[in-house]
Amino acid sequence: MTHAPDTADLRALIAPHLGREGPMLPILHAVQEAHGHVPQAAVPVIAEALNLTRAEVHGVVSFYHDFRDSPAGRHMLKICRAEACQAMGGAALSEAVLEKLGLAWGGTTPDGALTVEPVYCLGLCACAPAVMLDGRVHGRVDAARLDALLAEARA
Amino acid sequence: MLKDEDRIFTNLYGMHDRSLSGAKARGHWDGTAGLIQKGRDWIVDEMKASGLRGRGGAGFPTGLKWSFMPKESDGRPHYLVVNADESEPGTCKDREIMRHDPHTLIEGCLIASFAMGAHSAYIYIRGEYIREKEALQAAIDEAYDAGLLGANAAGSGWDFDLYLHHGAGAYICGEETALIESLEGKKGMPRMKPPFPAGAGLYGCPTTVNNVESIAVVPTILRRGATWFAGFGRERNAGTKVFAISGHVNHPCVVEEAMSISFEELIEKHCGGIRGGWDNLKAVIPGGSSVPCVRGEKMRDAVMDFDYLRGELGSGLGTAAVIVMDQSVDIIKAIWRLSKFYKHESCGQCTPCREGTGWMMRVMDRLVKGEAAVEEIDMLFEVTKQVEGHTICALGDAAAWPIQGLIRNFREEIEDRIRGRAPIAAE
Repeated sequence: MTHAPDTADLRALIAPHLGREGPMLPILHAVQEAHGHVPQAAVPVIAEALNLTRAEVHGVVSFYHDFRDSPAGRHMLKICRAEACQAMGGAALSEAVLEKLGLAWGGTTPDGALTVEPVYCLGLCACAPAVMLDGRVHGRVDAARLDALLAEARA
Repeated sequence: MLKDEDRIFTNLYGMHDRSLSGAKARGHWDGTAGLIQKGRDWIVDEMKASGLRGRGGAGFPTGLKWSFMPKESDGRPHYLVVNADESEPGTCKDREIMRHDPHTLIEGCLIASFAMGAHSAYIYIRGEYIREKEALQAAIDEAYDAGLLGANAAGSGWDFDLYLHHGAGAYICGEETALIESLEGKKGMPRMKPPFPAGAGLYGCPTTVNNVESIAVVPTILRRGATWFAGFGRERNAGTKVFAISGHVNHPCVVEEAMSISFEELIEKHCGGIRGGWDNLKAVIPGGSSVPCVRGEKMRDAVMDFDYLRGELGSGLGTAAVIVMDQSVDIIKAIWRLSKFYKHESCGQCTPCREGTGWMMRVMDRLVKGEAAVEEIDMLFEVTKQVEGHTICALGDAAAWPIQGLIRNFREEIEDRIRGRAPIAAE
């Protein structure tokens, strides 16, 4: 998953979207899904395919928070840090988990297993505090539940 | 309290069947072709008569917005774009619609697109909404299979395609022109208006951008009549509205209610009251993070609609995302957090916003700790006035308003903190 993709791989990912209108975001989503991030090597290939400059593609990649330019951990934990979750104890939850893992926001554990990122409202305010682990959202999370979720994911 | 038979979103809580057959059993997709055959003018006139104001925050009349679209195409295609980039902190109403009642939105897209002469529509959903993407895509596929979308959609004689487009985590893409830029595959940086999207929007073609809820209520309004919908709420604030109440209430919830319901009734009926009772209420942000906060004691009798909240309380209904804060909240820190959010999400295109959001956050940073001079409160207010209204899009305003609300409503608390009298509330 984290190996450097070659040009043929990338072209294969890009090709199905070339006929669409506004293909850039769908292509970037596809590359990220396949490789876990959008590698530098992909930028010139996408630029060539869409007849854009590399700067334009780089601009789009760096504009959107969801696109990463380096690989993340094998599991991705996003903890909501918006008002509602903070009000329901989300801040203490994230502090505890970060301290336990010895990470700062955006950091990855040394074994490459887990990356913790902040997210600003998962839209789950009604069952705050909320987290998203590997694309699955969980509501009403407390320290014990989060530990259990992480233990399950990392096992 | 809104009666059950008057609810538009009959599966908001996800307790019933969300598939097409379930939606049909609840009355959706009923006589859609017949509504369309009544013609564009009838639909737009009904929408105007219903008094529906856009549910995305600004409250612009939806029917009027539709009427800005050219009547006849000049050769360019028309587009409907549905803004499902629900990123405003506190707001979580559209996700319930997309996850549990997606067919209201899909049927609304067909009717609205017909009313604007659009053969294709895009739903731009935020990247964080994983489940909603799946639910909505499944519903769209189901509708295609049943012939409700595609050529001769729902037997109406109108060819219509609906696309679901995934965002990638940028708050600013909820702004309509930024959303259009993002759909085109560019950075989500808002465009100057004019030209308005109705003249030159997506790919330079006439485009209307509507909120999910604005579109999802359309079929029911047309079926039950504009006068039915206009019968709820005060004049100019018609209809039912989905409220999302979060924070320090006993049962945070998303609920459909009649517009102009009192805040007290909304909280008592649906949320089980304020945590610790009404005396424990400190502040309320009534419409999502970008509207100014209101002191708790002023909120109790407040009427939850556009005009009252703006006119009487100097706040706004926004997206009707009600954030309730009790006395345990450090209100200065809460607003500082919003400032940090807007600084993070500023796209950097306009100088007042790019620089101003950072300035405001840094001053707020010191206010939270009380490490400031009292005069700086006025200076901060002045800075917010320099940002507000001087940017291409409303993000600058959205960053300025919470701070203005804080200073207007809780000035003595900031001053107390500066003078070292109030300890910083414990987490």
